[in-house]
This record gives sequence, structure tokens and C-alpha cells, in this order.
Amino acid sequence: MTFERKHILGLEELSAEEITLILDTAESMKEVSTRDVKKVPALRGVTVCNLFYEPSTRTRSSFEIAEKRLSADVLNFTLSHSSVSKGETLLDTARNLEAMGASVIVIRHPMSGSPWLLARELDSSIINAGDGSHEHPSQALLDLFTIREIKGKIKGLKVVIVGDILHSRVARSNIWGLSKLGAEVRVVGPPTLIPQYIESAKAKTFYNLEEAIEGADVIIMLRIQMERQESVYFPSLREYSRFYGLTREKLIGAHKDVTVMHPGPINRGIELSSDIADDASSVILDQVSNGIAVRMAMFYLVASAGRNQ
Amino acid sequence: MAKNVLMDSETIDRTIVRITSEILEKNKGAKDLVIIGIRTRGVHVAERIANRINKLEKIEPPMGTLDITLYRDDLRRKTEWPKVEKTEIPFSVEDKEVILVDDVIYTGRTTRAALEEIMDFGRPSSIQLATIVDRGHRELPIQPDYVGIKVDTLSSEKIRVHLEETDGKDEVIVLQG
Amino acid sequence: MSILIKGGRIIDPSQGIDEKGNILIENGKIKSFPKTAKKFEKDSKVKVIDAKGKVVSPGLVDIHVHLREPGFEHKETISSGCKSAAAGGFTSIVCMPNTNPVNDNASVTEYILLKARTEGIVNVYPIGAITKGEMGETLAQIGEMYEAGCVGVSDDGMPVMDSKVMRHAMEYVQAFDIPVISHAEDKNLSGTGVMNEGEVSTQLGLVGIPCASEDVMVSRDIMVAELTGARLHICHVSTAGSVRLIKAAKKRGVKVTAEVTPHHFILTDEAVNEYDTNAKMNPPLRGKKDRKAVIEGLKDGTLDAIATDHAPHSEDEKKVEFDLAPFGIVGLETALPLSLKLVEDGVLTLSQMISKLTDSPSKILNLGKGTLEIGCAADVVIFDPEKEITIERNKFHSKSKNSPFHGWSLKGLVEHTIVDGKVVYSA
Repeated sequence: MTFERKHILGLEELSAEEITLILDTAESMKEVSTRDVKKVPALRGVTVCNLFYEPSTRTRSSFEIAEKRLSADVLNFTLSHSSVSKGETLLDTARNLEAMGASVIVIRHPMSGSPWLLARELDSSIINAGDGSHEHPSQALLDLFTIREIKGKIKGLKVVIVGDILHSRVARSNIWGLSKLGAEVRVVGPPTLIPQYIESAKAKTFYNLEEAIEGADVIIMLRIQMERQESVYFPSLREYSRFYGLTREKLIGAHKDVTVMHPGPINRGIELSSDIADDASSVILDQVSNGIAVRMAMFYLVASAGRNQ
Repeated sequence: MAKNVLMDSETIDRTIVRITSEILEKNKGAKDLVIIGIRTRGVHVAERIANRINKLEKIEPPMGTLDITLYRDDLRRKTEWPKVEKTEIPFSVEDKEVILVDDVIYTGRTTRAALEEIMDFGRPSSIQLATIVDRGHRELPIQPDYVGIKVDTLSSEKIRVHLEETDGKDEVIVLQG
Repeated sequence: MSILIKGGRIIDPSQGIDEKGNILIENGKIKSFPKTAKKFEKDSKVKVIDAKGKVVSPGLVDIHVHLREPGFEHKETISSGCKSAAAGGFTSIVCMPNTNPVNDNASVTEYILLKARTEGIVNVYPIGAITKGEMGETLAQIGEMYEAGCVGVSDDGMPVMDSKVMRHAMEYVQAFDIPVISHAEDKNLSGTGVMNEGEVSTQLGLVGIPCASEDVMVSRDIMVAELTGARLHICHVSTAGSVRLIKAAKKRGVKVTAEVTPHHFILTDEAVNEYDTNAKMNPPLRGKKDRKAVIEGLKDGTLDAIATDHAPHSEDEKKVEFDLAPFGIVGLETALPLSLKLVEDGVLTLSQMISKLTDSPSKILNLGKGTLEIGCAADVVIFDPEKEITIERNKFHSKSKNSPFHGWSLKGLVEHTIVDGKVVYSA
């Protein structure tokens, strides 16, 4: 099959075949990072702009490395959160970048749906690097890639996502991606952080961590965003950690080869006990290098499809 | 479409034998040789050459696979980009005699991409090109070092190298456009 | 100049009329329903409008419009809003006080009425604010605004959260026999919500406004109305819960009326898909069950009127991130064809539908409009209910184009709009 999308906005709109093509392409891309000269000329002459309205050094760096490994010219544009609601509008800023020659725009934005606005109004290819509480396709794709690499498959796996599902774009993208590829997805967290309607996205809801991880092959721990928890969603971090923090004892019911993943950075002692955090850390390092390969694949496929239109 | 058989399976076998001998002769054995095939059919031709070397010299030369997609010079023009397959060169090419293998040489553009890609892996002491068919019409100053058969073709004609591994039988055919 | 509207299907729910006939307009008033048109046709002083195959009804009345002037003239002005109304078949519109300055005192009311008299082509009736600056704290100068011409009070868009303030407002307005018009929403429950809370908001990662945030406030307002005996009008009902509460309150004899917008009986939150900011309004488009409930409410009379909540916003203001876009859509020029869908779907008869857009809303605010009674001001609309049209937002007379119905194929063309015996719009 060929990839026919000009934009990669989210996993909800991608088919299982498209997701698999991205993962397969990423496997070929991964090899490039092992060479002496970690660079191929595929995107020579293409200008990619990383338009970040949220500080995210990790994601931005990963995109930037992916762009550079494909020989694209890279333009970084990081704006503070506060400039979203005052000053130049998003569209004006993006049009400016287009005028500077950007033909692919990678956007990270605190408000859900912003990449769709750009996709509708601009000529460039748009890659969503995380929008509000909506989607984070590159993170979910690299999680899928990592799971496939470790487990050899995705179909039939029991995957549990733990934590703040309500505000998590990583959770939403992962739920769609995993269920499309045939995994059984469960979400668990305090009821205040599990949206009532999440089951419509094909995830089974649990409020008890031990029950949720019964027989789990993979556990994805979400980061608790300290700044978001204004005591409205749960009484205290201590209490959260007691009920939803992952410890060795709570893991007993999981599959014996269970893989614990975390998008990082970990709040040690809150989401994960320290010993599990050490295990998860080694997976995190895999995820970092896989992230570059997945993002290279996204650029290659989008640049190819973008030309068609 | 009219079809014309240029080489049958026996001829292909003999050609591989001859090319291998030429490679060994020119490089005075197989000591520093590495073989790299260009996807898809070049890989199988490369394997056959490697096997032949093994038989003659009792050395298994390192084998690599090259996918030149990311190095193509027509990406910016093409409307449909090919699927990227894996390049696998699990050895150092530094100071090696690289035998680059493809099934057909035509414009020379694939070879150019392959040369560039190999250079990104290190600095070999030489790169030599072996192909089953040279059909002419070069667009770049690139010539093969080892050739199975040289044929005059029209641009409208298509040369197909069929191999057992990919196509079920060995033959080289010309298809009139 | 006299006008004779000839041979149309005259539908006037206020008098129970639905028959073919002629209407004679003289000196700006409905003069008579002559049996034959013949003798007028030769009279050069009579302008004859052939309404054969058309519906002739009282000019439509919209009791929920944002004219934006003063303060937001880039979105709409009294002049452009009136033109938009006329093009939609409306002859009387009621404008909400959330202007800048807020219409919370008589001088703003007078300004609006002066502008309307000099620049407006339809009747304009202002609503005054309940509280000063719509801040929800102290009562606005309701008496003086009433004297100046306000027909009701509302803090539309900024619900009065303090129940005690609401109680005093409901007590105070009874001195002037005007209703309190409530935008019923618990702002705390709504939080930072931007669309209906449900499957769609969950999938889009947008913060939801639960139905309960409307229901809670409708419930409170009904109880305070019951406590005080005030007339309460609930704006833009969007939930099944509100319909249920209003129905029960009416049954108990509470003086409560309610309106629904075309977008709430036509669309659901599915329209927000792909983050269309033209589907962002408050109250938000709800789910299928709620849509069904408001349609049912229209049918059984729980919902008295159709009102547009015409809320113009400029293109620039809407072409932003969904969270940042203002709430609201324009509605004056799409209301009639959208309402005709209710007739096509068998929810209402044509006469019932017209009633929801004429005498019924007029009664809520005592406007004395929405009728073709002899001697009344000649406010008339002539429309072709079968004519196929395509909604084309760039042809709107409103200054703003923010409509989710752009490109829709509907039935119902306004041919002529007549205000005080003058043709103010012709297709």
C-alpha cells in the first residue's frame, strides 16, 4: 500500500494498514541511526518547521534529529504558552513560516485541534506533535513500535494505561493505535481522571489498579502532571500514589514478562516505585531511539504523499 | 508485448562463474572483499557471487544489502515514493574492496545513489560494480567493472532479469514496448 | 401607497387563519382581507404583490438576537442586523444587552432605540441587563430601562450565579410586568468547557459542558420563579433535562416560557467534528437524545418559541484554535428554512411552526406583534416554503458569516418582508 495522507494529525483517523506501514518504514529508518554518517539525503531541499507552543525539549529534539537525519532544513520556532492567547494568531504565525519556505510544519500546541486548523487553512503538510488533551501520534507510534519490538506483535496483547486519562493525549492516541492493531486496552485511574465516555474509544475502564493489571502484557504509566492537579481531581499525591502508583507487589497479577513503559520524565515514588522505575528506564532509552526512527518514517511518508496533492 | 529471451538459466550460471573469476583475478583473491547487493534482485545476484567465492576460495565474504530509496535523485519529482526497505551492512567497509552488485545497469542513477550510500558507511579502498546486463543509455559517467552481457536496447524496451529467488526461474528477457 | 398581497396562502396562527386570500395594506396598517383583487389591480396607487403559491404570514419575531452595537460594530451593527433580519423574514427582533457598554441603563437603551429608528429597517426591542455590567452582583436600573423601552431583562451569556440576586430580580421586575429571561447555566459546572460533554468531546480532547450545568440552573430559576411569582423565560433550551423540568413546572402553574434555537433542533455535537468553530456555541450542540427531546418539547408545547440566538462573530475571531473561538453563530437568515424542516419531518404543522416564530414569542414579551389582525401594523412576510435554496454565507446580509449551515440545501425562500406597510426586503 502507499501512504496517501498529506498530514499526520492523529491515530484516530489512521487505518491499521497505515499505522503498520509507518511502523515498517520506521524499522528501515532505524538502521540509519546506526551508521557512521547518520544522514540520508531523502528530504534535501525540504524545509521543516518545528512550531512549539509548549516547552518540550525531548519531543522537539527528537523531531529535530529525525529531520536532520533526512537532510531537511530545520527551522525551530518556540513560543511561550502565553503568546497563544495574545499577540499574533496561530494562523498568521504559521503563514509566516510558510512564507519562509516551510513545507512541513510540526506543531505542538496546548489546545486540542490546533493542527486541524493549520491543515485546513495552509498548504503545508502538518504533523501533530501533541495537541492539548487530544492526540500525540508520534509518541503513540513509538510506543507501538517499541511494544512490537519487545513482544514481537501487538495483536492479542493486554495493555493497561494507568493515570490521568482525562487530560492525556498520549492515552487517547495509544488507545486508538493499540485497539486498531488488535490489542485489548484497559484504562485505570481515579474516576475523576477517567472520562465517562472513554469506552466509546474502545478501552475498558477500571478504577482498581490490581484488577486492571491482571494478566497484563504491557503497562503504560502516564505522567501525573503536578501543575494540573489542583486538588480537585484527587485529595493528594500521597493518596494517588497509594492507589495508583505501581509497586512490585501490585505487579504480581500481571503477565510474568510484563513490560512497564512510561513516556518520561518519571516522578519516582509517585507513579512508579523506584525499582520499577529502573526497569522502565531501560525501555525509555529504547523509546528514545525508536522515537527518532518513527518520526523519520512520518516525515518520509508525509513528504511523499504531500507531493501528490 | 513481444518477448525475447536474452539469457537462459545456464547462461546466467556461466556468467556468474565468469564474473566471480574476474573479481577474484582482479583483486588477487577474496581477502579484503565485501559484497553488497542492491535491492531487490541485485541482492540475489550478490549472494550467488558470494557462494561461488566461497566454493573457490573457502572464504565467506561479508554480505550486505542496500536499499537506495532514501538516496534517489528523483524523490523530488516522483509522485509516488517507493516503500523504504532496510539497508543492512553489518560490517565495516573501511579499507575494503566493495563489490557492488546489481542486476541491470541502465542510466547509472541507481549506482550513483548506491555509491553515495556506501560512502556514508565509511571509506572503502575501492568500489567495483558488477551487473548481469548492461543495456546502455547511461546518463552519468559510470561504468561497470564486471558485465554479464552488453546489449543495445531502445529506451522503449524493457529488460527484465528474472531470478529463481524472486520470479521462480532464471532468465533475462527483453520486452518490446 | 397601498399594497395588495394577492392570492397567497394566508397563515396567521394568532387568529387561527389558514386560507387562500388577499391582504390589503393601507397607511402602514392591515386594512382588510378583500374577497377579490380585481378592482385594486387597475389602481395605480396600489402596489400588487402576487403571492400565488406562496405563504403570507405575520412577519417573524425573533426574541433572541445579538446586534453587537454599541461596542462590537465589526461583528454587526443595528443597521446590518436589521437587514439580516429582514432577509430572514423577521420584522421584529429583540436584542440582548451584552454590548459594550452593557445595556444596563436607560441611556444605552435610548441609544439603541434611536439607532434602530434612524438606521434599522425592522422593529427593534431591547432587553436590559438584570445586573449592572452583567456582573451578577447588583440590580441594573430595570425601571428606567423599562420606561425607555426595554421589554425584559437578561444577563444573557453571563448567568446570574447568585441565587439571592436572582430572587430580587424576579421580585423587582413584577412592578413592570416584564419577564426575567434566563441564560441558564451553572458556570462552575461548565468550567472551561467549550462543547457538549459526551463521546465527541472525549474523542476530540475538548473540555465538555455537561447537560447538568444547564439543568441545575433551569431548576433553580424555576424554583425562584415559583418562590417569587415572577414570569420566567428560559433561553435556548438545549437539554432533555431542561425540557422535562419546564414541562413539569408549567404543569404546576409556574409562569415559565421557553425558547429553542434552530441549531439545537437541527444539529448535534457531531457537527464539532474536525474542530469547526462554527459549531461552537453556548449552550453547546448536544447529543442525539437531547435533540430529540427539544423536538418533542416543541411538539408538545413545552417550548413556546423558536429564537435564533443570532450571535455574529467576525471571520478572524472564528478562525482560531477551538478553545479561543468565541461562542455563537448567526441565525437570522437560516431560521426559516431550518424551521421548515420541522414541518417536512412532520413535527409541527406549517401553522404551528409559524406560531412558534410569530405570535407565541411576541406574547412572551408582550410585543403585540406577530399578527395580521386588521388595524395592526402591517408586518408581513411572504415566503415560498417549497423553493429549494442553498445556504451561501457570503450572501448573508449580516456583517458576519459564522454559520455551520453554509452549503446546505434546504427549502424555503423569503420573497418579501414588509414592515409597517413598507417592503424592506425582496429576494
